[in-house]
Amino acid sequence: MAGRLLTRGMMAGVAAAFLAFLFARIFGEPQVNLAIAFESAKDLASGELPEPELVSRSVQASFGLLTAAVMYGAAYGGIFATVFAFAYGRVGRFSPRALSALLATAAFVIFVLVPDLKYPPNPPAVGLPETITLRTETYFGMILLSLCAATAAFMTSRPLIRRLGQWNGILVTIAVFISLIVAAQAGMPDIDEVPTDFPATVLWRFREAALGMQAVLWITLGLLFGPLAARILQKQVD
Amino acid sequence: MSQSLSSLSSSTPAPIAIPVRALAPWAVFTVILSLILLYFVGAEQGATSLISGHEVHEFVHDGRHLLGFPCH
Repeated sequence: MAGRLLTRGMMAGVAAAFLAFLFARIFGEPQVNLAIAFESAKDLASGELPEPELVSRSVQASFGLLTAAVMYGAAYGGIFATVFAFAYGRVGRFSPRALSALLATAAFVIFVLVPDLKYPPNPPAVGLPETITLRTETYFGMILLSLCAATAAFMTSRPLIRRLGQWNGILVTIAVFISLIVAAQAGMPDIDEVPTDFPATVLWRFREAALGMQAVLWITLGLLFGPLAARILQKQVD
Repeated sequence: MSQSLSSLSSSTPAPIAIPVRALAPWAVFTVILSLILLYFVGAEQGATSLISGHEVHEFVHDGRHLLGFPCH
């Protein structure tokens, strides 16, 4: 049963990725193209030759984007189902659908919202090639710190709920998580590499689209996996 | 008030946890597979590189940007 639960997680992740791809294709790609136009214009003005295209823009914006989204969706679908399988029957008395929705919300905050607040997604032309190592380390480091803060807050939640009751206990748990994140983000290095003449609207729209793509992915995953898991868990009881 | 969340599901039978022993091998397999997938989407031919060239990076380029990973 565990294996079937985890494959359902990956399948739900792939289905969610298809919707996220559509969203990104409609709202994200126009901004990527504007950013690339900005980059090309700057290269031309400074007399640099444009970079050779190894993969054509139309492939990058269709099959490339879809492949990336599906791999991402399958990966997080698998991790999501693993956490669900451990949490079910151990954390609260939630039904499969309620637990799935709750965990998807938590995962969106931990893996997307918190890292993006410190290191927001950037379109092409933003970010210096020579700092890619630092930017990769700090980005994945921020995800790891976010996960640690969530684990620490979760561990304090049981004694807090026992002492303060469910409502106040959960509120204090959330406050603990936010405090840990504030401290972690204050300690992590700032990265500010947006060219001074980069259009602010393109940057804002790109980041909206990136966040929207993640929201579509996690909402779909959370709502789709619940009923799939319920069917498997129900069979087990019968 | 303190019953608000648990009363939501009190009409349904208590959920039965899956034994850790049944879960562990699947969980290890899935997490490793997932981390490999995330590595290729998010970091290969960027900060680190297992395969030479730029084809992997260029193919997932738009996805890498829009999914929020740092990119060149």
